[in-house]
Amino acid sequence: MDEANMRVDRTSKSDSERRLSTLVRHLGASCSPSHTSISTERFENSKISLSPMAAFGSVFANVVQAPEDPILGVTVAYNKDPSPLKVNLGVGAYRTEEGKPLVLNVVKKAEQSLINDPSRFKEYLPITGLAEFNKLSAKLIFGADSPAIQENRVATVQCLSGTGSLRVGGEFLAKHYHERSIYIPVPTWGNHPKVFMMAGLKPMSYRYYDPSTRGLDFQGLVEDLSAAPEGSIVLLHACAHNPTGVDPTPEQWEQIRQLLRSRSLLPFFDSAYQGFASGSLDKDAHSVRLFVADGGELLMAQSYAKNMGLYGERVGALSIVCKSADVAGKVESQLKLVIRPMYSNPPLHGASIVATILRSPELYHEWTVELKAMADRIISMRQELFNALQAKGTPGDWSHIIKQIGMFTFTGLNKEQVAFMTREYHIYMTSDGRISMAGLNSKNLPQLADAIHAAVTTM
Amino acid sequence: MAFRAMISSHATQQSKWVPSAGVARQMSSWFGHVEPAAKDPILGVTEAFLADPSPDKVNVGVGAYRDDNGKPVVLECVREAERRIAGNLNMEYLPMGGSSHMIEESLKLAYGEDSDFIKDKRIAAVQALSGTGACRLFADFQKRFLPDSQIYIPVPTWANHHNIWRDARVPQNTFHYYHAETKGLDFSSLMEDIKNAPNGSFFLLHACAHNPTGVDPSEEQWREISHLFKSKNHFPFFDMAYQGFASGDPERDAKAIRIFLDDGHLIGCAQSFAKNMGLYGQRAGCLSILCDNEMEAVAVKSQLQQLGRPMYSNPPVHGALIVSTILGDPELKKLWLQEVKGMADRIIGMRTTLRENLEKLGSPLSWEHITNQIGMFCYSGMSPEQVDRLTNEYHIYMTRNGRISMAGVTTGNVGYLANAIHEVTK
Repeated sequence: MDEANMRVDRTSKSDSERRLSTLVRHLGASCSPSHTSISTERFENSKISLSPMAAFGSVFANVVQAPEDPILGVTVAYNKDPSPLKVNLGVGAYRTEEGKPLVLNVVKKAEQSLINDPSRFKEYLPITGLAEFNKLSAKLIFGADSPAIQENRVATVQCLSGTGSLRVGGEFLAKHYHERSIYIPVPTWGNHPKVFMMAGLKPMSYRYYDPSTRGLDFQGLVEDLSAAPEGSIVLLHACAHNPTGVDPTPEQWEQIRQLLRSRSLLPFFDSAYQGFASGSLDKDAHSVRLFVADGGELLMAQSYAKNMGLYGERVGALSIVCKSADVAGKVESQLKLVIRPMYSNPPLHGASIVATILRSPELYHEWTVELKAMADRIISMRQELFNALQAKGTPGDWSHIIKQIGMFTFTGLNKEQVAFMTREYHIYMTSDGRISMAGLNSKNLPQLADAIHAAVTTM
Repeated sequence: MAFRAMISSHATQQSKWVPSAGVARQMSSWFGHVEPAAKDPILGVTEAFLADPSPDKVNVGVGAYRDDNGKPVVLECVREAERRIAGNLNMEYLPMGGSSHMIEESLKLAYGEDSDFIKDKRIAAVQALSGTGACRLFADFQKRFLPDSQIYIPVPTWANHHNIWRDARVPQNTFHYYHAETKGLDFSSLMEDIKNAPNGSFFLLHACAHNPTGVDPSEEQWREISHLFKSKNHFPFFDMAYQGFASGDPERDAKAIRIFLDDGHLIGCAQSFAKNMGLYGQRAGCLSILCDNEMEAVAVKSQLQQLGRPMYSNPPVHGALIVSTILGDPELKKLWLQEVKGMADRIIGMRTTLRENLEKLGSPLSWEHITNQIGMFCYSGMSPEQVDRLTNEYHIYMTRNGRISMAGVTTGNVGYLANAIHEVTK
């Protein structure tokens, strides 16, 4: 069929004609030799660039398939593996000792009370989200007695988990801050650079992880941030650095604070693991509170995905600590203008659960107990893995497993070793050598120890 | 950036405390230059309403459904779905593209239960953050893959449409839509604008129940628009926020989309479950793009996911579960259809009553448009000054473009409303 017939084909209104034309398009050249040049080209090579001026055919025919997300792609690969021995140490979602996802009891209780309350409606939240949730979230991270909160200098808006908070904060800075460069530690969560680029900022990097010590490259960090232009934004992981699990000591945090303040660098904290790292909410907020205490400004992205197990509900908050209440008010009004064209207002359910828990002393206490239990289980897995490798005499220093903190261990294994472990032992992890400790339990830990031992000794 | 100059010359305030080590430099705020943003024209109305102490106050501002007692409603089918969901499922991350079950059901609603496009897997679709999120994802996608394209937006439209395409950095044009004299469709100008736009332009179309005017093309007019689009090879992007809510029948409300599909258009569509399922705050929606074939749909979907990842990683699960639970269960779906018809019928009834009341009051003006228009909104034709009088003298809250949210009209306040409108327009 030639072009003219194809056009007629498209505009036909009868069902059978339409179905036939769809069939013809799918069968391509094999059905009708004379339309080879157009339909087979379009069908077989979706990379052909068709301008919108083409008489027919999708304007998006030139769109190429995007690669799998490096982190979420691990779970995709894991799901495809038929082996009963497979272990998923990819994405950072908590698993119980039985390898199951966990909904906290306190969350179930909160949800039930929401469902059972007939006066609850599902109306739009304000653009800035649930007001009570915002206040409680600020208190959680900054401390109830924080001077910034007392003085009304904090603008807090509910956002979609950590990702959403980072994106909204980034877009706000791109619109209203005088510097576009944001300094990001190396390595960092894979999504960070994309979030900030899409927000309109310019990702730069600063040294963070030292592969030779599997610890913090403090010297490199200081050098790089000292060389950053004044006023640059600096992304800081509040605790439990992802992917390395390497955190500065309190003394190092104080030095970082002084460095940033003396060069007027703007801190942008990402807190995805408060309470999850050490088991203590206050301890895990130490770095943030240090900065707030000096009276300076900062941005804070908070997530409840891990510490309340609310992953898919997308609950988080962006706080901007400002010099004055007046500035905080204006900042909040501008944050609305970023949010409205993105999704209008944030989702209700997760934030309602969080507010229900945080406002009730009993539920809050219960939460801290469950949170500590999750953190403790991970800490014990660290110890067990370390012990297992010691017992096997696996070559190398594995003390970083118990020195690193939070959900992840940066094993130090390279790409080839990781591929080997996946192939031979069905261990699924990201190719940078990061393992999610949350995916370990006493049943699969021996297998991981075997896999690491084999990878290190044979490769 | 202008702010750079402002920063260096502004010291908004001197701190009173003595700086400790490492704070010496920052004496004033980095954000002191930030201007207070203007209030959102729509959401600001409700804020003002809430602040008004008058017992007579009426809120016909924001488009959220109210029952005849003026109360918000949670549909029975939603409550039942929530009972089934709570405590039974985990809260793990959805895939980047969202809930496949929810997407499947959304597509059936928009494209038809037995749509060949669904069977042939030609639709690239992702769960989105309600209608806003779906439009924004599409705008971002348009920017990334057709960076030279623009969007044609009807006049008037939902104010946030302009914000969305602006923030996506896609240049905007407008096309004629509403005819102020007839308070109906300016069909000839609309067709002129479609004809004069360069071939292959992107057009934003309201699938049904146009917001804010309530003025929809007739079926015949939609056919003519579709034909003209065909010869111009324009891209039709449908924003469907009121399917089921307009006429009471979701199939009927999807008519425009079905006409375009029959004519062979490769459409884009933003769907929202905010109004028709009353899921407002859950942010449940779907973005779909009809492609040439399955391979292209896979590619397009993967790229839509790449745009969602740096915005929120993956969409919220709760609303999606409610939608898929309801639409996936024949009994619950039947209940939903009844409830959505109930909402639509109440609004249609209020339109009739409001018009009758105005006519009984002896208004010299024609109020036919109240019953000609469809959906949640009525474009009354009142001027901003008349609206201000309604607010200041009668405590009636609505947007200054004269848009009345019929969902806020009840048997209890329709008389008061009619009287007030009559007083300011006679």
